[in-house]
Amino acid sequence: MGQTITGRVHSFQSLGTLDGPGVRFVAFLQGCPLRCGCCHNPDTWDVSGGSEYTAQDVVNRALRCRSYFGSEGGLTLSGGEPLLQQDFAAEVFRLCHESGVNTCLDTSGCIAPELCGPVLQETDRVLLDIKYTSEEMYLQHVGCSLEKPLRFLEALQLKQIPVTLRQVIIPGLNDNEENTAALLAIAKAHPCVDKVELLPFRKICQTKYDMMKIPFPFGGIPEPEQQKMELLRKLLEGYGG
Amino acid sequence: MEQNNWNGFVGGDWQNEINVRDFIQRNYREYTGDGAFLAGATPRTDALMKKVQSLFTLERQYGGVLDIDTATVSSLTSYSPGYIDKENEIIVGLQTNRPLKRGVNPFGGMRMVRQACEAYGYKLSAKVEEEFRFRTTHNDGVFRAYTDEMRQARKCHVITGLPDAYGRGRIIGDYRRVALYGVDRLIEEKKKDKARLADAAFDTEQIRQDEELYQQIAFLGYLKEMAAMYGYDISKPAANAREAVQWTYFAYLGAIKEQNGAAMSLGRVSTFFDIYIERDIQLGLLTEETAQELMDDFVIKLRMARHLRTPEYNELFGGDPMWITEAVGGMGEDGRSLVTKSSFRMLNTLYTLGSSPEPNLTVLWSGKLPEGFKKFCAKVSIDTDSIQYENDDLMRPIYGDDYAIACCVSAMKVGKQMQFFGARCNLAKLLLIAINGGFDTSSGMAIGPKMDVMQGDTLSFDEVMGRMETYMAWLSHLYVNTMNVIHYMHDKYAYEKTQMALHDTNVERFMAFGVAGLSVVADSLSAIKYAKVHPVRNSEGYIVDFTTEGDFPKFGNDDDRVDLMAKDLTHRMITELRKTPAYRNAIHTLSVLTITSNVMYGKNTGATPDGRGNGQPFAPGANPMHNREENGALASLNSVAKISYDDCRDGISNTFSITPEALGRTFEERQGNLVNILDGYFAQMAHHINVNVLNRETLMDAYENPEAYPNLTIRVSGYAVNFNKLSREQQREVISRTFHEAV
Repeated sequence: MGQTITGRVHSFQSLGTLDGPGVRFVAFLQGCPLRCGCCHNPDTWDVSGGSEYTAQDVVNRALRCRSYFGSEGGLTLSGGEPLLQQDFAAEVFRLCHESGVNTCLDTSGCIAPELCGPVLQETDRVLLDIKYTSEEMYLQHVGCSLEKPLRFLEALQLKQIPVTLRQVIIPGLNDNEENTAALLAIAKAHPCVDKVELLPFRKICQTKYDMMKIPFPFGGIPEPEQQKMELLRKLLEGYGG
Repeated sequence: MEQNNWNGFVGGDWQNEINVRDFIQRNYREYTGDGAFLAGATPRTDALMKKVQSLFTLERQYGGVLDIDTATVSSLTSYSPGYIDKENEIIVGLQTNRPLKRGVNPFGGMRMVRQACEAYGYKLSAKVEEEFRFRTTHNDGVFRAYTDEMRQARKCHVITGLPDAYGRGRIIGDYRRVALYGVDRLIEEKKKDKARLADAAFDTEQIRQDEELYQQIAFLGYLKEMAAMYGYDISKPAANAREAVQWTYFAYLGAIKEQNGAAMSLGRVSTFFDIYIERDIQLGLLTEETAQELMDDFVIKLRMARHLRTPEYNELFGGDPMWITEAVGGMGEDGRSLVTKSSFRMLNTLYTLGSSPEPNLTVLWSGKLPEGFKKFCAKVSIDTDSIQYENDDLMRPIYGDDYAIACCVSAMKVGKQMQFFGARCNLAKLLLIAINGGFDTSSGMAIGPKMDVMQGDTLSFDEVMGRMETYMAWLSHLYVNTMNVIHYMHDKYAYEKTQMALHDTNVERFMAFGVAGLSVVADSLSAIKYAKVHPVRNSEGYIVDFTTEGDFPKFGNDDDRVDLMAKDLTHRMITELRKTPAYRNAIHTLSVLTITSNVMYGKNTGATPDGRGNGQPFAPGANPMHNREENGALASLNSVAKISYDDCRDGISNTFSITPEALGRTFEERQGNLVNILDGYFAQMAHHINVNVLNRETLMDAYENPEAYPNLTIRVSGYAVNFNKLSREQQREVISRTFHEAV
């Protein structure tokens, strides 16, 4: 049955070094329910976009890069929101595990974890994007409740799946010490979290918005200064990696 | 024969015969740790390097050439000794009597020497003109024998860069022999070889060899004289590390005084030196600081080496390179790595002396190399962009564990094999000539078999491939014959006496052919096969452009449909070349390497069916065309890895540029990931990779503000250059290349 499960893929990046440990083959799946103002992949939103691939196709492509994976690397499903296509994601991961390839899931955690049993069963690590640490910000800039990713994190804790918490630092919104402290508190409350990554907000995606002829909601916000990033990263204690 | 200078060494075959490998294997000490033991530059080294830097600055200010001795023909003993700072130099010897002053070497050809002098505001002296008036140069000889078709192929640039006007290079003397044995022993062995010849039937080959041995012996004598001018007696083996480095350097210096070959590579000396350095450290004669100082002084001398070139030459081989290639690392046949502390010390010169394109440091990579060394190499790449990597696991089974790299990617057993260098032919131009039935629209010349211009509104893949076969067969035959002329004449009029004296007498020869424009042709054939390519004709009916309908697979995306076309093209090419016998029974080899000539080749090539415009540069070496990679860096590497080394024994060059951010977040991550990338690439039996870790913005800034980047070094195609020494056009091309970026 593995041959017949298909999914929609936006693109592949054969050399991913920023989405999970080691050298990773990254498949960006198509479709996302969120419309975050900082999104750098607006071209992945439309669930009907991208191209159709079988799970086996995706895994075959990843296997072509296997010799580069070393002891830590593997395949990462990103997006878009890969959990929108969770049967497909589960099948890709299952086939990876069949071949001994490490799996990593890059998600917003905004999908009900009860629906994600099969895929989480085959997930070696989750990169969980906690975009803000306040409910108000979540409602305003993400369009859902902070409760969703937190519930997802609870589920990962129960299943004991290692988690990297990630947050894009956006000047004026979450580039302050209180927010980082709150993020750290979330990490500490969940022993499955062993790493916290703060990523600078980047605007190279402006061209994508221009090409799609839609406004970039955060287009007027500057990128954070390197100094600020370092200052906040210093607060991460042992989670900084 | 017992030698006091060998005290403390483990004996073996190497004492009874010339066998440097045996000496190394019995005496070297593998080092499996990291780079923590290394020392920095001493105040002496810093002071000397400061002088050298100011000489480099002066040279730049003088337009690239500081001074030319127009009245003296370069040879081993023709200049009085030269120094940078006599009191403070540990290793001595310069090509001429003053640092960075270039000599003239007309043995390869007078015209090039004259033009080179004129290009820098000098005039070749009447004395040298007179000396060579009744003398045949290599260049004279070649043009006496060239056929009309050979001249035409050269003129329309379907074969370019041939070594027919200067030294051919790509020969590596086993310079270590001078240190291990002393010159007297080497002369003695050569005399024995010559005596042995006397019993053979004296045919052309025997007589030639006999005369060559006479010349080799004579030049070993001159080598001793040259060293004596500096106050050293190199007739006996080196007695300590300083002498081992000095003797080896003298041998190399003799070679570059005698020859102005394009690539004058060094070989594989670091681990050989290490044996002497370790012995001296044990004896308390050296410390880590003074050991590094020795290596630093040696490398300073190598960085001073220069040849006089014409501007046309620089267009092909930009950046004033010498290809003083030193192979570092690799594994031994017994399973121990050949990594020693001196492998680290050699790479460490990029820190003690700053980054630099020369010597062309080449790491022989194996999956089995010690982790500490792998990580150190990755660090050096990330910090300096100055080293390249070649696959030891691929080459060792063929060449054993004492081979080195000539030029960029040409492997050969040190002292046992040599090659006849043959530049490259332009495959993309050949495709256009084939489509136009034997007419080159760029030069307006008829060349090759005559056929009709291809008919119809859409190019047929089968017809194009059929024609490509015909024209590849024609070109291959012509190419081999042209090379035979060149190398016959080089042996006759500009034989490498010093370098060949440092080879076994019975040497194995390669004849190294090359192709340029491989990815252009592969993508063009893919377009013709998978899309619809409509030819555009000029008023005379020749096809000068193409319009393409639909998409097609492009080389660099790990897509077999096109990648195997590239692989197949190289296979067809070498198969065709092998059909015409090579001079002196040389073994035909093929490279996919362009140096910086990809710009010039592109300039002389019309629009191609892949969408590349008229005159636009090719990708360098075996690289996919710029910015056609859609699936990231590893997919691109995978495509290149499919080209078979069995078809391309002279090397497959790939230049890889990645931004630091795309390699990982922290320095440690970047280091680890680069090691994994190298391991992964070479595990697929890929051959070569240049690694640049830098941002395009840095190069763009250096393009605008060169004075802010006096030492910016980047890898281009099989070698490294100082970015400022490239032409503006070459700089723009380098900037336009694919940089793998973080997404």
